[in-house]
Amino acid sequence: MIDHRVLTGAHFMNGDEACAEGALAAGCSFFGGYPITPSTEIAEHLALRLPEVGGVFIQMEDELASIAAIIGASAAGARSMTATSGPGLSLMMENLGLAVMLEIPCVVVDVQRGSPSTGLPTMPGQSDVMQARWGSHGDYEIAAFSPWSPQEMFDLTIHAFNIADQFRTPVLILSDEVVGHMIERVEIPPQDHIELWERKRPKEPDNGRYDPFSVIDGDLVPPMMHAGEGYRVHFTGLTHDERGYPDMSPETHHNLVTRLVNKIRCNADQIIRTEGYHLDNARIVVVAYGCTARSARRAMREARQMGIPVGLLRLISLWPFPDDLIEQIATDVGTFIVAEMNLGQISREVQRVIGRPVKGVFHAGGEMIPPDPILSAIQEAAA
Amino acid sequence: MNSVMITDKHPLDEIIRADRMPHIWCPGCGIGIAMRCYAQAILDSKVPVEKHVVISGIGCSGRVAGYMNIDSYHTTHGRAIPFAVGMKLANPELMVTVFSGDGDLAAIGGNHLIHAARRNVDVKVICVNNFNYGMTGGQVGPTTPQGARGTTAPYGNPELPFNLPYLLAASGANFMARWTTLHVRQLKEDILYAFHRPGFTFIEVLAPCPIGFGKSNSIEDGLEEMELYRQRCVLVRDGDVREDDLNIDLREDKPIYIGRFADQERPAYRPVRLETG
Repeated sequence: MIDHRVLTGAHFMNGDEACAEGALAAGCSFFGGYPITPSTEIAEHLALRLPEVGGVFIQMEDELASIAAIIGASAAGARSMTATSGPGLSLMMENLGLAVMLEIPCVVVDVQRGSPSTGLPTMPGQSDVMQARWGSHGDYEIAAFSPWSPQEMFDLTIHAFNIADQFRTPVLILSDEVVGHMIERVEIPPQDHIELWERKRPKEPDNGRYDPFSVIDGDLVPPMMHAGEGYRVHFTGLTHDERGYPDMSPETHHNLVTRLVNKIRCNADQIIRTEGYHLDNARIVVVAYGCTARSARRAMREARQMGIPVGLLRLISLWPFPDDLIEQIATDVGTFIVAEMNLGQISREVQRVIGRPVKGVFHAGGEMIPPDPILSAIQEAAA
Repeated sequence: MNSVMITDKHPLDEIIRADRMPHIWCPGCGIGIAMRCYAQAILDSKVPVEKHVVISGIGCSGRVAGYMNIDSYHTTHGRAIPFAVGMKLANPELMVTVFSGDGDLAAIGGNHLIHAARRNVDVKVICVNNFNYGMTGGQVGPTTPQGARGTTAPYGNPELPFNLPYLLAASGANFMARWTTLHVRQLKEDILYAFHRPGFTFIEVLAPCPIGFGKSNSIEDGLEEMELYRQRCVLVRDGDVREDDLNIDLREDKPIYIGRFADQERPAYRPVRLETG
């Protein structure tokens, strides 16, 4: 049987399809989803492709079921994924917290559209950024990535699976309608060039006691056991001790939540990805992500042709936020401009880090922010 | 001379987390009886214990996952079934049982229930029906009889209840049975039967909740409710959901129909697979 899992070669495909191919290349063997514009092509493509490679595609009855199913599949050992857009992401929030609490890895793709509510189903938005960070109840940290091209939809989907497994956490891909539906060249490398990180696995089960949530390693990640392996473990969304048993003591609760948060914070260096353009000697820095970063790059280039010392920081990961990097850049920079397709979400994070106001180029969504308003903001800052 | 036999072993030691005892259930509660039947069925099933998985939602019945010494997942309210669907499809070797309550499965999780039955996914459901939300203190739920009292229906429940045999049969479940906590042998046997019946199976277990439901509805203790089961239960053979009045109102002196209401061999759900190459 020929392995059709990795379609090595150059392709012309849209971002949603590239995401689906990235999932297959990462070894995803379970997709549970519910149709929603503009993410549906991911489900459609995997409905076509997963049966070819022995994986499971199931269209669930809603988004609550979709995320529950992928967590269940992952608990049985599968790399699993779902894809949705704003309204569906809202429905997934409770179980996103379950995945955090049970430490069950999974990948949730959100192809953002104009929001809130039903909003602009067929048009782009970037306004789920804070929901991705804070949408489930309680204290937790999340990893989220923001691709700006179909190629990155492919690459970051693989990375998202790796981060999810490495740190036993749900990982979000915050794409947008522009990137999801944009058709570009996507290069899929040979299978043996694709780096896959494996879940940390426990020792063989024995008759002795095995505490499934005890942490030995410095990365704060306990090894993961799967259903059916004989460990007889208990997973609960209740506050639990190292045995996995419910424990309603404030001390256990504090220790558990602190570890879950620190698991991401302490390993942030391995998760964060950014790309800098002309940051050396820049007096003005534009911060942008996703499709908006494409316009920001154009605006930056035009401004530099005018002799303005401007650079671009493209956030490839949004969460955890790159506090240290921005703080470091801020020492030499006069003005930060944040361009995003919402009315100010990542801009607040930048303000928090640098301790002074930033200049926002905001639009509530529906169409890409073009280069012009970003260029105008750069020129104003330079004046 | 009387002799007293003391043993430090319990027949279910292997399969129940004794270190988690005492459990949280109230005196007179029926959940422990239902769990005991499930545990015995596992031991009798000839399926290796490590292949059995129990998945629960939220509520008193949802705590069963924490007490079974098998791989166990205590998930979110209403979502045990889709979690189980994902797990079963990811690893078909597992014997995946959802053990939860009527509120969890038929109200907040009702959509998942009917769709899992429609798909006929090979998941086993054991649903303890105690006619109310017990853990939160006796609120009315999707199975509470009309007129019965609960803390959120102090003047009597204005709503009509779901009837689970009708619901499951109409949704397409391969197997649907109703027993009570008085019928431990039949319950255990039907759990065992369901293990070996591919497709979606659902067993409703009527159970006393003297503290939640009973206190508001003049059924003062668990034993009294068990006595009602003894007096009123009528066994249906090859039960036909179209003919019998399957509604249950413990406050009325009328038959409670128990037994099997659906037993068919529709093919269980299988993910699409293609041979390539």
